[in-house]
Amino acid sequence: MKHFFKRIGHWFDDRTGWSENILPIIKHPVPPNVGWSYVFGSAVLFCFVLQVLTGIALAFMYQPSVESVYESLQYIRHEAFMGNIIRGLHFFGASGMVTLVGIHMIRVYLTASYRYPREMSWISGVFLLLLVVAMGFTGQLLRWDDEALWSTFVAAEQMGRIPIIGDAIGHLLIAGETINGFTLNRFFSFHVFVFPGIMMMLIGLHLYLVIRNGISEPPVVGRKLIPGVYRKWYDKMIKEKGEPFFPNAAWRDAIFITLVFGVILSLAIVVGAPPLKAEPDPQHVLSHPRPDWYLKWIFALYAMMPPEIEPYLIFFGPLVVISLLLIYPFLSKTGQRHPIRRPWAIAGVVVTIGIVAFFTFMGFKSPWAPKFDTKPLTEAMVFSPKLQPGAQLFYDKGCQYCHSINGYGGSHGPNLSKVGEHRTREHIMIQIVNGGKEMPAYGGILSSQEMEDIITFLKEFKAADYPHKKGKLPAKKAKQRSKKRDFPVKEAEEKPD
Amino acid sequence: MDESRRKFMKMITVGLGSLVGAAATVPFIGSLFSPWVRNKKEEWISVGPVEDFPKGTNTLVEFENPDPEDWAGMTKNSAMWLRHDEDDGFIGFYVNCTHLGCPIRWEAKANLFFCPCHGGVFYKNGEVAAGPPSTALRRYKVRTREGKVEFLTNKVPIVNITYNVEQL
Repeated sequence: MKHFFKRIGHWFDDRTGWSENILPIIKHPVPPNVGWSYVFGSAVLFCFVLQVLTGIALAFMYQPSVESVYESLQYIRHEAFMGNIIRGLHFFGASGMVTLVGIHMIRVYLTASYRYPREMSWISGVFLLLLVVAMGFTGQLLRWDDEALWSTFVAAEQMGRIPIIGDAIGHLLIAGETINGFTLNRFFSFHVFVFPGIMMMLIGLHLYLVIRNGISEPPVVGRKLIPGVYRKWYDKMIKEKGEPFFPNAAWRDAIFITLVFGVILSLAIVVGAPPLKAEPDPQHVLSHPRPDWYLKWIFALYAMMPPEIEPYLIFFGPLVVISLLLIYPFLSKTGQRHPIRRPWAIAGVVVTIGIVAFFTFMGFKSPWAPKFDTKPLTEAMVFSPKLQPGAQLFYDKGCQYCHSINGYGGSHGPNLSKVGEHRTREHIMIQIVNGGKEMPAYGGILSSQEMEDIITFLKEFKAADYPHKKGKLPAKKAKQRSKKRDFPVKEAEEKPD
Repeated sequence: MDESRRKFMKMITVGLGSLVGAAATVPFIGSLFSPWVRNKKEEWISVGPVEDFPKGTNTLVEFENPDPEDWAGMTKNSAMWLRHDEDDGFIGFYVNCTHLGCPIRWEAKANLFFCPCHGGVFYKNGEVAAGPPSTALRRYKVRTREGKVEFLTNKVPIVNITYNVEQL
């Protein structure tokens, strides 16, 4: 019996050339001291495969038509067998890809592995990085809930910052001059067919290059790269000391991938995929669009950068950064490879991580966003007849959306709990009348009686005499808060002709 | 084989191959750029009698885009802010903030439009009051016909840095 299977094996091997051609690739020799820092590339590849598999599973149920997509997602979420786990795996798989791609890139960068002869690996890697970001963005959009709908508008508006052809590109993105029946399908095709197709080709190139050039040897302090002799030196070193990738290095990859999958699966089960927001409708203007976590830093950037430079930064910023990344192997050709001898590289990585972390944190806090769901002061505290009108106006006129008093209100503008202690009435009035870059000029909005009432309130409010808001609201992303709208709504009549 | 014969065969292979390859991608390129050549429709939509909109108020008008696809579902829905100004008559505003397109909401008591995304605020006439937007709210063309208020539907205003979307 065993003999029979052995013969089938031999037949298969002879007809396909498996042991002659494929096995050597799997067992390709790697430098002997390749360590744990090399596991990240294969971890990214694993995440990609996971995304493809869970993506296909989702595509079995997802209805990519604007009329039925929301219901199909509800089905996946609530009824489909393991539906929510699949959604969770797909979302955290995406998060995993973004994170691991970053770590992989940092490892390659710090060890200068982008240098001769591996420049093409780096270049193909940069394109893969961009595609991963594009996949993350289009993926959130496919949830096609309230947040996703407005993200689509925001994406089109960003395209508008491209000079001359910007709005044409924006209209191309949403497949029309406004969001229509084709918009979702365009993003679906990009997310499911176009981008993954290009990625698979680039991944193929990326992996082929590893076989062709060999995986970079761990850097040694003091060793210099001499392009003319490197290939010969590497081939000789590999021949003498190389170990087969499988199993001598692959076992580390296997352990790390198991860890990664464990984390993704746990998150999928315990935390779950982002909940579906409200059903999307361009008529719902009481919306709070927010991107997923890995794009929060860009969201914060848009809110915090000076508006005067914004159009130029949106266009030139990415252009400059991506161009720099692509030509980097040609800018940094020589020098030592060991991170200990690359202090500027380390500094650059630390600063970059710091900046992205800062903006991500700010993106979650989003203090610039008006706090529409703040509890009116007059509901939280009892005021004397003298202060009551001003306190009510403080909420009605929108001040409380951006300013806090005793913990109630927004954090865009300064806290006004104690403004009466160090500002005169005139000072307060000038500020309210004129506003500023971040504050409307209320001079044209308030009557003189209203102005008096507000100033009286602010000047005479004694913070210590009133309750302070206890604790903080759970830090939820701003979602659909049900604020009663105070504007009338009308449906248009049939079109005249 | 002859040198010139080999050259000829190379030419045929590469030449025909490129030709056919290019021809095969034409439908794909065409579909990619089809939104640029699709027929765009504009329509005057009647909102209602003038009396329905008191002076000094902003109303959210819900309407449908002209000529939507059969499967358009909720994408055919749209909304605009109609203001009956005391001095300037009827003004129609796009709901998209001129910063990056998030939907703005009107707070009647504060007399301000607020954007939930990056802190943009607009006055009742659409001028920027605070925050990152750099241009006033985009407007629709509005008219009154036979006692009814009408506005012209149009494309989503994408703020182009080279030239501004024309004031309609």
